[in-house]
Amino acid sequence: MTLRAKDVLGKNGEQAAVDYLESAGLRILDRNWRCATGEIDIVAVDRQVFVVCEVKTRSGTRYGTPLEAVGRAKLRRLRKLAVAWLNAHGVRFEQVRVDIVGLVYEGTGGYTIEHLRGVG
Amino acid sequence: MALARTYSVALVGVTGHVVEVEADIANGLVGMILVGLPDTALREARDRIRSAILNSGEAWPQRRITVGLSPASLPKRGSWFDLAIAIGVLVADKAVPADAVDGVMFFGELGLDGRLRPVRGVLPAVNAAAREGFRTVLVAAPNAAEAALVPHVTVIAASSLTAAADWLRGTPGLHHNVTPAVVFDRDKDQPPAPGPVPGGPDLAEVLGQAMARKGLEICAAGGHHLSLLGPPGAGKTMLAERLPTILPPLATADALDVTSIHSVAGTLPDGGALVTSPPFLAPHHTASRAAIVGGGTGTIRPGAASLAHRGVLFLDEAPEFARDTLDALRQPLESGQITLARSGITARFPARFTLVLAANPCPCAKTAGPSGGCTCSPATRRRYLARLSGPLLDRVDVKIELLPLGRKELLNDKGYAEPSHTVATRVAAARDRAATRLSGTPWQLNAEVPGAELRRSWPPAPGALAIVERALERGQITARGLTKIIRVGWTIADLDGKPRPGRDECDSALGLWLGVTR
Repeated sequence: MTLRAKDVLGKNGEQAAVDYLESAGLRILDRNWRCATGEIDIVAVDRQVFVVCEVKTRSGTRYGTPLEAVGRAKLRRLRKLAVAWLNAHGVRFEQVRVDIVGLVYEGTGGYTIEHLRGVG
Repeated sequence: MALARTYSVALVGVTGHVVEVEADIANGLVGMILVGLPDTALREARDRIRSAILNSGEAWPQRRITVGLSPASLPKRGSWFDLAIAIGVLVADKAVPADAVDGVMFFGELGLDGRLRPVRGVLPAVNAAAREGFRTVLVAAPNAAEAALVPHVTVIAASSLTAAADWLRGTPGLHHNVTPAVVFDRDKDQPPAPGPVPGGPDLAEVLGQAMARKGLEICAAGGHHLSLLGPPGAGKTMLAERLPTILPPLATADALDVTSIHSVAGTLPDGGALVTSPPFLAPHHTASRAAIVGGGTGTIRPGAASLAHRGVLFLDEAPEFARDTLDALRQPLESGQITLARSGITARFPARFTLVLAANPCPCAKTAGPSGGCTCSPATRRRYLARLSGPLLDRVDVKIELLPLGRKELLNDKGYAEPSHTVATRVAAARDRAATRLSGTPWQLNAEVPGAELRRSWPPAPGALAIVERALERGQITARGLTKIIRVGWTIADLDGKPRPGRDECDSALGLWLGVTR
């Protein structure tokens, strides 16, 4: 199956986000985990906190910034997915957090990365 | 955490209340929340401000922005909070230094392109800000002249958000393609007050109605209400339109009040000069009650009665007005103000005007009297005039009946009709005399003095009321009528330069109260 341009961008953006999160000290547990409710881009642990991370990559800000593209509905779904992941793997955490990583492609493999912690 | 505080003004009627705008940038979903009883126009500010900030080349913070307007219990209406909110967001985002907005009041609507648009109600808003101790206001350039009517306030005129932000950063003129904000110079930029229009209406043009002209003069001098009854073509409308030409210009405090009301209504002429001549309002007889006394859901707007404050409210074809519209005028006629209550707010508008009613004697409007061709039955005529309710007519001090004129009367009067400025001089002198007598009281005009005070402090000469009292005994006049007659008597005495009304003055006043023919 061939990937379309926007999917290539998203794939590369996710890899850049993983690199960024790892350098920020998060331990990655899972990537692109799917269930009936939807998909979690990145599942990670930040010290004792369980983190569900949504990655948004854009090639420019003409249609709004990547961070603006995450609304309340998406946030609600991410919270449900966090519970689904924990149930599926039979683990428990004291704290659960939803993060958003927004990337804007600046050409030649570089990204502007913004990381919002604990949006809900 | 980034928190910024800016200030604007909410208007309730013509009263301004300073509103604190807080902008807080915190972690969370990207977006903006507006709290503190905003109305629809204000909630739309969210989208306007985002576009305005982005199109001005500033950054929109990629965080959750919470904007709070306090006091939260006060309903806030309108679009003029845009500027305060936008600047607040820029300060919270550290794009504008926080100490630059200290003591500055912001008032203006933003266009999507970042242009600053003029809004209504600038004068009462700046007045409220000055009262609360603000020494600097930032408004849209077209509003600057109006804002500068308030003394001891520095007015900054900006044409766009960029210009306003640059001025606050201390770098006006940073962007070459933007007109920089400037401090409004009162001496240089204030538009001159409009003078009298040459070729305007003049009292000398109303020929043949000597008695009516005299009645008009008395009403102008004392602030009394007038009714004109007569067939079409007798000059009722002409007379009423010339009443403002014999009224003195407004005193400074009154001029500020009148300008404030017109500012809220959006009826100020461009340039925002002070209204110095008494307003003249002639609403059509199909006008609704809200159009006359003010009202409206959401923003409460002043009606014709308030717009005519310190001027003339002329109701032509008065019996054709809806009965409840006329009766709604009874409160302002009595108290000089209109109180409108809505859920959550009560707005007060000043409405001290001179009422002039004009009416035909009957629906067919043909000449009445022995030689006239009136085809109306007495019952029809009575019913027609009964539409002006008794309580309303009871508040009209001077009633004049006009008769149709022949050629002889018109020609005869040509040498006697005085031009407006001659009459205006007499009116001003009479008003001065009344004001001197009433100095130390809250009243300026004879018509404003309460009845009890009038009888206690300023009774007419002894014995002057003999005939008037007989009329009272016969039931021709009411106790309120007696008070009104004494007031008009004082005005006639003031016009004639007499120290107090004697028998002649009181008898004339009785005649005017009962309604005389020519």
